[in-house]
Amino acid sequence: MTYTDKIKEVIDGSDVAIFMKGTPQFVMCGNSDRALQALRRAGATVTAVDVLPDPQIRQDLTAISGWPTIPQVFVKGELVGGADIVEELEASGELGETLRTKLGDDFAGVGDERTVALA
Amino acid sequence: MRGLLQSAFPDAQEVDVIDRTGGGDHFQVIVAAPSLTGLSLVEQHRRVYEALAAPLADGTIHELRIKTKGAA
Repeated sequence: MTYTDKIKEVIDGSDVAIFMKGTPQFVMCGNSDRALQALRRAGATVTAVDVLPDPQIRQDLTAISGWPTIPQVFVKGELVGGADIVEELEASGELGETLRTKLGDDFAGVGDERTVALA
Repeated sequence: MRGLLQSAFPDAQEVDVIDRTGGGDHFQVIVAAPSLTGLSLVEQHRRVYEALAAPLADGTIHELRIKTKGAA
């Protein structure tokens, strides 16, 4: 399977997906951390993908999403944005609302945070 | 960068570019423009990325934080 296929599988198959630098256990970039922490505060259970093992992952991801920077957050297959947007949505209360609307009222704390290795 | 944003958003009421670290590669940009009104945040940020595509591609901008506003 190509990276493109694997990336699409994660985006479409995860309630909340974050493509980040590093992993939730070892975050390698401040912006990835900002987005991850905001999602955690909102109660989201994320599926994380580290883009650092191969530069091709990031190139293929950007080709799919049309979004040039990392992190990238998707909810139910739809791009929500990067760290600035996720934090802005958290501040306005829309982040929780979006998660509830797309994932159902009992989305919070369901399942385990997981990391998917693509490389 | 300010020039690129101003030509991409000729109706802008506010265009601000802040060098966050003083190193000339970590920036916060603020754009307030009526043409952004009604667009989702994703679309608003896309417009900013498009305006700054060249400095993003050549590495002039290492990190970019974006704050956008439509018409109040």
